[in-house]
Amino acid sequence: MNFKLIGFILLIVSQASFATAKIEHWQTSQGSRVYFVQADALPMADIQVVFDAGSARDGQQFGLAALTSGLLDTGAGQWNADQIALRFESVGANFGTGVSSDTASLSLRTLTEPALFDKALETMHVILTKPLFKKADFLREKNRTLSAIKQREESPAEVANLAFSDKLYGTHPYAHPDSGVMATVKNLKESDLAQFYKKYYVTSNAIVVIVGNLSKQQAEQTAEKLLAGLPTGQKPEPLPDVAMPTQASEQHIEFPSTQTHVLVGLPGSYRKDPDYYNLYVGNHILGGSGLVSKLFSEVRGKRGLAYSASSSFAPMLKPGPFTVSLQTRNDQTKQAVEVLNATLKDFINKGPTQAELDAAKKNIIGGFPMRFDTNKKLATYVAMIGFYDLPLDYLDTFRQKVEETTIASITDAFKRRVNTELLQTVTVGNSATAVAK
Amino acid sequence: MNARLLCAAMLCLPILSAIAEPKVAEHVLANGLKVLVKEDHRSPVVVSQVWYKVGSSYEPGGITGISHMLEHMMFKGTDKHPAGEFSRIIAENGGDENAFTGQDYTAYFQTMAADKLEVSMELEADRMRNLHLLPEELKKELQVVTEERRMRTEDNPQGKMQEHFNAMAYSNSPYKHPVIGWPTDIANYTVPDLQEWYQRWYAPNNATLVVVGDVKAEDVFALSEKYFAPLKTSDIKPLKPQNEIEQLGLRRMTVKVPAKLPSIVMGYKVPVLKSAEQEWEAYALEVLAGVLDGGSSARLSSGLVRGKQIAVAAGAGYGLTSRLPDLFELEATPAEGKTLVQMETALKAEVTKLQKNLVSDEELQRIKAQVLASAVYERDSNFYQAMQLGMLETVGLGWQKADEYVAKVNQVTAAQVQEVAIKYLIEDHLNIAYLEPQAINKTTTAKKGGA
Repeated sequence: MNFKLIGFILLIVSQASFATAKIEHWQTSQGSRVYFVQADALPMADIQVVFDAGSARDGQQFGLAALTSGLLDTGAGQWNADQIALRFESVGANFGTGVSSDTASLSLRTLTEPALFDKALETMHVILTKPLFKKADFLREKNRTLSAIKQREESPAEVANLAFSDKLYGTHPYAHPDSGVMATVKNLKESDLAQFYKKYYVTSNAIVVIVGNLSKQQAEQTAEKLLAGLPTGQKPEPLPDVAMPTQASEQHIEFPSTQTHVLVGLPGSYRKDPDYYNLYVGNHILGGSGLVSKLFSEVRGKRGLAYSASSSFAPMLKPGPFTVSLQTRNDQTKQAVEVLNATLKDFINKGPTQAELDAAKKNIIGGFPMRFDTNKKLATYVAMIGFYDLPLDYLDTFRQKVEETTIASITDAFKRRVNTELLQTVTVGNSATAVAK
Repeated sequence: MNARLLCAAMLCLPILSAIAEPKVAEHVLANGLKVLVKEDHRSPVVVSQVWYKVGSSYEPGGITGISHMLEHMMFKGTDKHPAGEFSRIIAENGGDENAFTGQDYTAYFQTMAADKLEVSMELEADRMRNLHLLPEELKKELQVVTEERRMRTEDNPQGKMQEHFNAMAYSNSPYKHPVIGWPTDIANYTVPDLQEWYQRWYAPNNATLVVVGDVKAEDVFALSEKYFAPLKTSDIKPLKPQNEIEQLGLRRMTVKVPAKLPSIVMGYKVPVLKSAEQEWEAYALEVLAGVLDGGSSARLSSGLVRGKQIAVAAGAGYGLTSRLPDLFELEATPAEGKTLVQMETALKAEVTKLQKNLVSDEELQRIKAQVLASAVYERDSNFYQAMQLGMLETVGLGWQKADEYVAKVNQVTAAQVQEVAIKYLIEDHLNIAYLEPQAINKTTTAKKGGA
């Protein structure tokens, strides 16, 4: 059923996952790490295979990882795209592929009734191990990507995001968008995709995540079946380190919109960051907690300057962006940027108050069970734990680590990690309207 | 092949009956508040939603969007709790919360640890009748809603096209107005406008409380009696029908906005579950939407995106649970080098095909398998289940419709799909909008620092 609605005051940010979820972990005969949680309440399973084959592995061919991933289910083994789609959909299964900067993943949600499950799993196995990268499919998907690249230029939010990544990461592979840019995607060939696949879609570079109504034995067989026939290959080289910008910068892009989009930030935190919990709890107070954050209160609650105002860390293999953002009517951009910067600097200088920290801990710890109250959310968590090789008790210790943060530890972490002398600012909007008013 | 597919789909049936569908428990308070509870003990959490029978389709001209504005103001304080306090208390109790407004409903929700349900009940009961509408808060929140409109509509080519399209397609149905409201209406809301809207619609006899999660129905009923029973009712006058007049011929428009890609949206006036002469017609239209756009194997992806490569993206949409007759929509973005005229011809050819030929068994079985599977997947989310119950109850269909859905879709035949295609997807009831992109001149300047 469809829901037509608007007006979520803010998007709901869902983060973590079952208070007592027991993650079982082993390796397949070919050395891939498997992470399994048995969830028996519903006759269904969520299965993911994740590779270190995201857009950070594009080299100079921006868009290569995304297009490789996008081609997988357009032809594999003896089947074309229609046949593959029908094989999944005729058993009610949902299948998808996708990339982020760090990852390329294949995801399946299926019923566990054996006849249905086996057909869905077999189809996924063939897609994973025998993709065809046919020229006709390649050309079509490339054209669709080029159209999507063109279309993002009509969104001031997208234009701002592109410029912001570029400012933060320069020549680092995190700088370019997952789908690539016009010039690089145009030059891709289907043989490039086949090579990329051959290098990165290998068992030593794969993890498998299974959450659902399967026994451990069934999960073991599932993981073996899924990866059977995939070469062992090699783990890719570590990604290069991220260099901090050497000076602050402000960039404005003229755009015929009624609002100006504002992004402020710098490279932030990574998954195994020792400062992670201090940055996480601090950011929750600053701009990560929706309707009750400092930024929300200063920008929206007290002044009505924007619909959304928030901040976030996006921890990745290497430091992902720390982003503070808002959108505001063109002519009040200057005021909004001032409020944003003042709120950020004030927080970094003074840290949180005891009351703010107590409230944040109550929210994070009290809301902990909601982080993984569905199989879907739990699978996302387990994939994150697996891919980033975090401790298996990550969820069990989460509350304790949050509890241990203090005003001093948060303030210290923000002072060291968010250097306000190096902030990168991008604005996208119509400055003519701003001046006219 | 067909036999195997049929078999595959049938296999789902025993699964569904094997895991007993949790029952919905219903309790109606003396003041008219309906309370629905679905127990789900997988995780120690609960979602609580309060649904009001009011939305943009209830609004007269001049104050369009006022339901959405009021939704924002509902966070701005009561006799007991000053502005912002509601959110602070929910957050401190580990909760997540928000609200949404649609054409036919306004709803508020909290997700909490199950033992915190009482916190949200107390606060929701308080703001159902005791809201403070303060001029200085309205002034700020008006700016916020205006920013929201800029983001969703003014600076979003697709959003803008959809708004213009609805305004053209409907003559007198209130669905012609955007949920967020027209700009001058938003700019001119007053405290008395909001006060009147609040008094009129926010009352226990115009609301449904839906609770799904790790709770016992009797406990929820007891809590609802404790907090909601003292609330006074409103005199809810029935809405005027505002039946859309019959469209007497094709309507067409061009929307020129700064954009990079052209696109088309087409909408046929069709009945919904509430308005259909026979109920099966709405389910047949639902299946028809699945034939066109029920996944990557469906006709639009298979035929237009991959086969003919006329479109880079194409979709179809139908909402059978709207309160009033709605549009069956088709939309598409042509591939590079293809025109909107070609795109329109291709979409119409798909409609003609549905009118001339029966859909295949394979397609029907695929859709039915998907519907069965979705019924299992949906149960992974308390939130979705609560949405479904609340929405069905609020549009006047009754929450029991949720239980009928799978069976009714299963009963749809190929002949019925053809019949609704012939009866309802007709040119005289068609509306078409073309988005014609206007140039975007983008220039970059470094004001400070690096290149």
